[in-house]
Amino acid sequence: MNPTDNRRKRGRDFWPKRILLMAFVLVGVLGYFSDKINPYYADVLTTMGINIIMAVSLNLVNGYTGQFSLGHAGFMGAGAYASAAVTLFIGPKILPPDTAAHYAWATNALFAGALLVGGFVAALAGLLVGAPSLRLKGDYLAIVTLGFGEIIRVIFQNIPALGGGLGLNGIPPYTSLAWVYGTAVVCIYIVLTMVHSTYGRGFLAVHDDEVAAEAMGLNTTRYKIVAFVVGAFFAGIAGGLYGHDTLSIDPKGFGFMHSIDFVVIVILGGMGNTPGVIAAAIVLTLLPEFLRKWLSNAEEYRMVVYSFLLIVLMLTRPQGLFAWRRKIKSV
Amino acid sequence: MTEFLQQLINGLSLGAVYALLALGYTMVYGILRFINFAHSDVFMVGAFAGYYAATPFTMNLFGARVPVNLQLGDHSIVSGLVVMLLSMIVCALLGIIIERFAYRPLRDGSKLTVLITAIGVSLLLESGGQVIFGADPKPFPQLFPAKEFTAHGLSISSNQLLIIGVSALLLIALQFIVLKTKLGTAMRAVSFNHQAASLVGINNDLIISFTFGLGSALAAAGGILFALKDPSIQPYMGILPGLKAFVAAVLGGIGNIPGAALGGLVLGLIETFVNGSRFSTYTDAIAFAVLILILLFRPAGLLGKLQVEKV
Repeated sequence: MNPTDNRRKRGRDFWPKRILLMAFVLVGVLGYFSDKINPYYADVLTTMGINIIMAVSLNLVNGYTGQFSLGHAGFMGAGAYASAAVTLFIGPKILPPDTAAHYAWATNALFAGALLVGGFVAALAGLLVGAPSLRLKGDYLAIVTLGFGEIIRVIFQNIPALGGGLGLNGIPPYTSLAWVYGTAVVCIYIVLTMVHSTYGRGFLAVHDDEVAAEAMGLNTTRYKIVAFVVGAFFAGIAGGLYGHDTLSIDPKGFGFMHSIDFVVIVILGGMGNTPGVIAAAIVLTLLPEFLRKWLSNAEEYRMVVYSFLLIVLMLTRPQGLFAWRRKIKSV
Repeated sequence: MTEFLQQLINGLSLGAVYALLALGYTMVYGILRFINFAHSDVFMVGAFAGYYAATPFTMNLFGARVPVNLQLGDHSIVSGLVVMLLSMIVCALLGIIIERFAYRPLRDGSKLTVLITAIGVSLLLESGGQVIFGADPKPFPQLFPAKEFTAHGLSISSNQLLIIGVSALLLIALQFIVLKTKLGTAMRAVSFNHQAASLVGINNDLIISFTFGLGSALAAAGGILFALKDPSIQPYMGILPGLKAFVAAVLGGIGNIPGAALGGLVLGLIETFVNGSRFSTYTDAIAFAVLILILLFRPAGLLGKLQVEKV
């Protein structure tokens, strides 16, 4: 093996780390300038970042592992509630009174803790939902996760400590662009390295042919549950970011209709194609903003267009709009 | 005891609607092995078809406002049944069209593609319904003469009797079609084995279309009965009953027709009794708890047999 080969090989092995480093530098720059960005653009950029996290994490389940979850917004809701509860109820007790002005690191540490709590609560919910439904083959996961959004709503409506039907209000505004894009970078990095690791080949194997994967000795149920729980974890963190951005959350905001938005992003981007999914998240965040300028009732037609797009895409181009290379079809 | 009997009657009439809807899921699953997500929206279209057949309305036809009055809502039993039949025909056609244009081209595709397409069709019907029918809830007319019977503290409305009666009739008719007619035999053959069925000269496409039509007609009847119970209809009304009916189909054993009817009744009863207890705020979640328990302990359902997947 000549040295060039070796270097190329090493380069290929290290590319995610380099991208990670580059992305963190970009996030740092973005964080530095975030105060100078027009608030409207900052708002759109925040939504875009959250959509990227949601879509990339959903892609691990729906794309790489080939299961079909329709409850990603439900996990987002679980995470949003859990992390908002931490900053609202535990935060004031452990932070010194005038923290906001003097100790930025303290609020940031609290926020990081809150996001992690949100992620773990969502992951736990993912385990509870996924374990029974992922044992079976077929479409059960879709239905169970579809119902999950409904369960989340009913549960949160019945907890008076979490605001009941009114939801939680007055959540502190901790979310910044740096937080959102920092999390997005970590999420993309973890999903990519996971899928490209030796262990992660199992996800693709489950996607390609569950029976063959099982015959090869893979524990397919376990792979499915791991993918599902990791996806739910990041959805929970995204929920925490969302809650600390909109500053109020209510039980109805995390239903099935919201999940569909992320499913459309993943399908449009191409299932199991992370760059495509990121591109789709960017396009589908910006599109309604542009449409709003020309169409007064764009919101009413948005779902009509999305659903039509889903059908046409499945009939003509099931690999997604942003799939540059056609995947080798499994036999 | 009176309380119990009252809840039993309420539960049966709710369960009858779930059963009608569950049959469509189970028949399509039995024949094509996929969940027809759009089924719950066919149910919604059924209710709206009934609404437009029975109430005068103005149609906005390319800018011109055309008043339409089909004169079918005069509260007699005959007119009510005519409305129901009309809506069943409309929905049967809708189901056949959906199958022809959205599902048939993908019949040999991967399961995931079909599933996504079904979700797409479901969303299209809902959001399209929102644009066409409007998002605001509409009052569903009383199609049948309403009467309340009371005896020994029990109160039964004529609508409840009607729901139970019509559902029972439709179930018997379906059972007759599936077990005694040539088409029904062909349906069972196709669900057993597509290739073998076409080898003995069955036109698979025709049978699948017929199945969709039959299931959608039952959904339409369910939609109208549901709207009679809960007379406020809107384009998203199908989602929850649809999900619960699917749970009912799984509960009874998916692919199993008597199972779907049984599952619907059981689920309707469970829900009504929970609603009458102090856990009433959890009513909407109970179906999913049932689903998760069934998947954990008896994935084949109450009447189903566990099948080993052949490679």
